[in-house]
Amino acid sequence: MQNREIMQDFFTSFALAFDLIVQFNAELLEIIGLSLRVSLSAVIIATLIGLPLGAAIAVMRFPGRQFIDISLNALMGLPPVVVGLLVYMMISRAGPLGWLNLLYTPNAMIVAQLILIVPIIAALTRQIIEDLYGEYREQFQSFCLPMHRAIPALIWDARYSLITVVLAGFGRAIAEVGAVIIVGGNIDHLTRVMTTAIALETSKGNLALALALGLILMLLSLTINTMVYGLRLSAKHHAYA
Amino acid sequence: MLMLEVTNLCFSVNQQPLLSDLNLSVKSAGMTVVLGPNGAGKSLLLRLLHGLLKPDSGSIRWHDQRLDLSIRQKQAMVFQKPVLLRRSVAANIDFVLRHCASNHHKTCQQILEEAGLYAQRLQPARLLSGGEQQRLALARALATSPDTLFLDEATASLDPAATAQIESRLCETRDQGVKLILVSHDIGQAKRLASDIVFMHRGKLLEHTDAESFFKQPQSQQAQAYLRGELVF
Repeated sequence: MQNREIMQDFFTSFALAFDLIVQFNAELLEIIGLSLRVSLSAVIIATLIGLPLGAAIAVMRFPGRQFIDISLNALMGLPPVVVGLLVYMMISRAGPLGWLNLLYTPNAMIVAQLILIVPIIAALTRQIIEDLYGEYREQFQSFCLPMHRAIPALIWDARYSLITVVLAGFGRAIAEVGAVIIVGGNIDHLTRVMTTAIALETSKGNLALALALGLILMLLSLTINTMVYGLRLSAKHHAYA
Repeated sequence: MLMLEVTNLCFSVNQQPLLSDLNLSVKSAGMTVVLGPNGAGKSLLLRLLHGLLKPDSGSIRWHDQRLDLSIRQKQAMVFQKPVLLRRSVAANIDFVLRHCASNHHKTCQQILEEAGLYAQRLQPARLLSGGEQQRLALARALATSPDTLFLDEATASLDPAATAQIESRLCETRDQGVKLILVSHDIGQAKRLASDIVFMHRGKLLEHTDAESFFKQPQSQQAQAYLRGELVF
């Protein structure tokens, strides 16, 4: 009997969620918009840092390279709450970067997500570029290609594989809750994103909105994955990948 | 005129000598073919001459100059398995024209037309046939306007028709004054193309003579056995 009631609740919530989505509920759109703004900003900046960093580690030989490599791999599993706490300590009023007034702003959330995803993008890029460089090394040496030209060429030729890397970073960013709730504060109309809203609405018992957000989060992930899969398939078909 | 002077060249891996005390003088004209059984060190010699590897000891001098970047920029190499960029045929040529060829005189279109690949210019390079891929690799190497071209068994995996196309292109290149140094296992090819032969065995240079003398009267027992098609130990 109890199970049946739970299922009924679930379906009611699902129907409400569907209504919120098709009616373009303003609150829902605001939360989705901010989530995308924060996560896409973090992913774009992390990509600009992580791709060249990973490629440079793959191609160049310098003292401390192995240490950086090991550190990046270790940082891939960085606990979000720890990152949130560290960023909080840095940007809180008493912290060294307190003067920037970043605490409880979307920018603070971007910084936290950035710290989480740069190691992921850099470490996965290193692996992909190292494999490709193994194939190109002698030819590039024969061309006398300097590193500042070899690295962009490798990134360009590995672009279809690297899209998956960026996607992994985006997946981590958009699904992240621990760090953004600490540095963002989950403030309504200011720093509330999908994941923090899901946590809050669930605790308030507002399952419909929580479920709607959850559905959109999954839909977003599915759409992006499908697009990337199609892109990679087409690249493979044309022998670019 | 002497173009290349190699003196006491040694190269080893894990203290195992792969090339030992190799001395070689090569003239600037014609096509030098490096022959020898597997494991003789032919490809290794090519990589050392092109500066892809550094010797343990000995010297390599091109035009009486030490092998440095300025010399290497005037050289090009075609590998046994063509390493083509994951781009279109035209983009592979464009890449070297933009980044590697400081004094190129031809456009991408001219280079592809000469290589007989203009119709395939928009195709991904890796979808070409083996022969076309090697023609593209050769065209790309020549796009850098080298004065020396190395070929490491560039026709080893090609059929006779594709091999003939590459050989004809190599003869044209030689006639334009480019020095060619190629490694080959194909004795017939060496007879057709070589002006001089370098014969190697177990990391040592056993003979270096003009092609006619080599095929008529090879001096070493190993070269005689190799030409008879016997296993050389």
